[in-house]
Order: sequence, then C-alpha cells, then structure tokens
Amino acid sequence: MNAIILSALLGVVMMFSGIVTNNKSVLKYIAAVGLLLLIAANLLDTYALFKININTHGLLSFEKFGLYFNTLAFGATFIYVCLSGRDVENAGINVAEYFALIFFVLCGVSILSGFNGLLMLFLGIEILSIPLYILTGADKRNLKSNEASLKYFLMGSFTTGIMLMGIALVYGATGSFGLEAPPVIPTTGVINPSFLQVAGLLLLFVAMAFKVSAAPFHFWTPDVYDGAPSVFTSFMATIVKAAGFIAFIRLFQHQSVVLGPSWKIILSFVIIATLLIGNITAVFQQSVKRMLAYSSIAQAGFMLFALFAGNDLSREGIILYSVAYSLATIGIFAVLIKMSDYTFDGFNGLAKKQPVLAFATTIFLLSLAGIPLTAGFFAKYYMLAAVVKEGGALWLVIIALFFAAVSVYYYFKVIQAMYFKEGDAETAEVTGAFKTGLILLAALVILVGIWPSSVLNWLYF
Amino acid sequence: MPIQYYIYLSLALFSIGIIGVLTRRNAIIVFMCIELMLNAVNLLLVAFSKMHHGIALATDPATTAGIDGQLFVFFIMVVAAAEVSVGLAIIVMMYRNVHSVDINFLNRLKN
Repeated sequence: MNAIILSALLGVVMMFSGIVTNNKSVLKYIAAVGLLLLIAANLLDTYALFKININTHGLLSFEKFGLYFNTLAFGATFIYVCLSGRDVENAGINVAEYFALIFFVLCGVSILSGFNGLLMLFLGIEILSIPLYILTGADKRNLKSNEASLKYFLMGSFTTGIMLMGIALVYGATGSFGLEAPPVIPTTGVINPSFLQVAGLLLLFVAMAFKVSAAPFHFWTPDVYDGAPSVFTSFMATIVKAAGFIAFIRLFQHQSVVLGPSWKIILSFVIIATLLIGNITAVFQQSVKRMLAYSSIAQAGFMLFALFAGNDLSREGIILYSVAYSLATIGIFAVLIKMSDYTFDGFNGLAKKQPVLAFATTIFLLSLAGIPLTAGFFAKYYMLAAVVKEGGALWLVIIALFFAAVSVYYYFKVIQAMYFKEGDAETAEVTGAFKTGLILLAALVILVGIWPSSVLNWLYF
Repeated sequence: MPIQYYIYLSLALFSIGIIGVLTRRNAIIVFMCIELMLNAVNLLLVAFSKMHHGIALATDPATTAGIDGQLFVFFIMVVAAAEVSVGLAIIVMMYRNVHSVDINFLNRLKN
C-alpha cells in the first residue's frame, strides 16, 4: 500500500515542482530522489517495518512476490532515470509533467502487482495506460509521434472496452469480481463453468494479450514503439510490459481451470504465433529501433511461458526475465537515443569511435539473445525449465529454442555493424558519467547472469 | 423483464460500437463508438447487479449482494471521462498538425 500512495503523491509533487523551478536537471534529481524514497517505502512495506494499513475489503492483497516485483520495477526506473534522464529533458518542454506521468505509471504498476479483483485490475490497467498515451505523443510537432499516440490511444481504449465486456460477463456468471477458483461440484469433482464465464475469460485473455503485445494482438506495437520518442519507448517496452505480465499471471493463476484443457491449446497457439511473428519480422527490419520493437514481441513470447507453466519455477522465471530483459533493453535504448541514425548502417564503426558504448551494447545484445554468462541466459533457462518440469509440452520448448537461435541473427547484426564494418557512426555528445553508468549496468547484467540467485533469493527472504 | 433482454440489448450496442470502430474513418466517430462500447458494458453490469440482488433477496431480505456491480459502473464512468480528456487532446494535437481528423492519416509509420 505504501508504494501506491507514495507514487501517486510523488506524481503530484513532480507536477508542482514544475511550477517552482524551471531548471530541468533539478527536476531530474527530484525524480531520482523520489524513486529512491519509493524503493525505501516499498521495502519497509515488504518487511513489515512500517506500512500504511487501509482496509481494502479484499480488493488488494499484498504478497512477497508482488512487493518484490515493485522493488525491481522501481529500481529499473531509477536506473532508467539515471541513464536517460537527460534525454527525458530533451524530449519536450514539459519535463516535470513527463516525470509526473512516469510516477503515475508506477502507481499503476504497484496496483497491478497487488490486485485481488477485477475492479482493481481494470483500474490498474487504466492508470498504467492513460499516462502512456500522453507520453507517446510527447513530441507534439512530430507527425510520427502524433500518429503513434492516436493509434495507441484508439487501440488501447478499444481493448479496454473488450476487457470490460469480459469483466461484465464474468460478473454475470459468478456474481462477484473476485479472482478465486470456481467451486468444484462435490459429487463429480469437476467444475462446470457457464457459457458466460468462458466467454468473459476469453475476452479478458484477448485484452491482456493486447496489453502485453502477444500475437495476434501485437499489430500496434511496432508502430507505437517506433513513433514514440525513444526515451519513452524504452520505458514502455520494459517496466510497463513486465508489469503487464505480472497482472496477466495473477489474473489467470486460478482462473485458467475454467477454460479446461483448451487453455493450454489457446496459449500454445499464442506463444508460437508471438515467437514466429516477433522473430521472423525482426530479421527483415532496417531500423534498429523497429527491430527492438519486434524483438520485444519475441521476448513477450518467452515471457508467456510463465503463464503456460504456472508453477514455482515459472514465478522465479518471470521475475528473472523481467530483470534481465528490462536491464538490457534500457541499456540498448540509452545507447540508441545517442545515435543520430537509427538504421543498422548508423551503427557502422561505432567500436572505433565509442569503444565503451559498443562494448556495453554488445553485452546487452548478448543478454537479449540469451548467451551464457549474461542475465538473459538464465532468464530463458528458468522459463523453459518450468515448462519441462510441468511436462507434456516438450515440443513447445524445442520450438522456443529454435526461435531463440533465430533471434541471435538479428541481434548479432548490430554487433557485426559495430565491430566489423567500416563506417562513421555519429553520436550525440556522450558524457563520462553516462559511460560509467553504462559500464555499471553491463556489469549488473553479467552479475545476474553468473549469479541469478542474487535476484531470486530475495523472493524468499 | 427477463435478463436475456438486457443481455441482447447491450450485446447489440456493443457490436454496433465494434463495427463502428472497425469501419468508420473519422477519429471522433471512432471515439464515440468506443464510448458506446463502454456504455453497453455499463448497462450490462447494472442489469446483472439487479439480477444477483434479486436472487439473493429470495433467501436473505437484508442482503447487499449485487451492489458491487453498480459500484463498478461508477468507476467505468470516471475512467471513461479521463480517457475522453486525453483522447480529445490527442485528436486536437493531430488536427493542429494535419488539419484533418481522418484515420487514414495513420499510415506514415508503415514504411
């Protein structure tokens, strides 16, 4: 509860600090301090040292898993603000409002990691999405940003309508907005869901798949990620997407039995489609930014395995995957924003001009591809191990491995451009602090890759 | 009136909304159709709320069952209002740049 209240308050504080000061870097420091406060408040909540107790009548329930995810999300946002804060300042004139909106998104994240009913799910998704529509359109004079914003907004609110219809149908069938498993008929031991409930859950599934950009509901992702200012794409593609997955898993952990055996069939269809479309289309992209948008679809395919397996290993897996994917993607975007040309050719010869940037980018790309000794390897390993442990879907694991191999191709294309091609990669001015930050982030990626329990142990302590 | 009538009515409204979103080219009309979808859901929630209340009333005269459905409707209204304010601002922003609210504008990112 601490995190929800404090993040909303900090959003308001940020808005008003825009009136008090016009100094952009002061605003960045206020945001960074606010994030540290948020992490501290959330840790106090996690370890029951100080928590604001409000009777939510069962609408929210805070467990270790959700609270720990909050800490990670706030930590990732802190890294993001430290690395890319200066680019947020350059995104437009309303800097205080951008940080305020980021805090409101974090409020949505902390609701989504603790919701215990469909009402809070709906509110969390909306609090998460509405600020993002604005951030996408932050570059007001740029037609691409306008287009991305309008497209994201229309698609997003259309999906909200579908999600609400799903919620209404589930409510009609069960008479409550709760998330508990449906009652079992005592004589036969099976559940007998009504037609309304099944239809409602399918609509909810479609809406959530849209929010995490799983195929076949992914079509908005490349355009929106491409059109939005790169700093905000970085935020949207990492923390927000991970929060979407946490909500997806929370929603379906008890409800999936309602759909019976068809649940796994639907889900494996979605996983294969997501991996296929994400990876194959990424191969043909000319722009690195668009390639990263498709790669985020492909990574979503891997994260869906947590939903498919639904055991303890997959809970650990989704935490590790969120960390590995978020850190690497924040790092790559931080470098990408500095490039003056977003195509693959724009990276030609970067290793000679900016060896530090090229080296860090290589580590991040290796992590995304899942090469051992980087965080991405164990993230993918935990996901697939969870599916193997669950049993009965070895073929799906083999397909996933095949697509992981495909993904190596387009990630290595960037490395190849940086190291083995002649060219004159132009970058914006790069400060020493930025380089140090990148190196620290790369070190963190390697640390998590060698020692994944440094992240996972905190789930249990 | 039986509950089926309400379900059919709101599903009809919802479908009109979906068809409108998929076929119309004017951003504001698309937006109106999305609002229609949300209001169809409101109607359905109120109908279900009344139905659950009626069922529970048969056994317990002082029941509050079904009240949460109507509560949900208020939240939908609030969120819809927030969405309208953001959405209209985005449409105005687009209109300032291209002097049109036509959805066909949305194809510059494809290439």
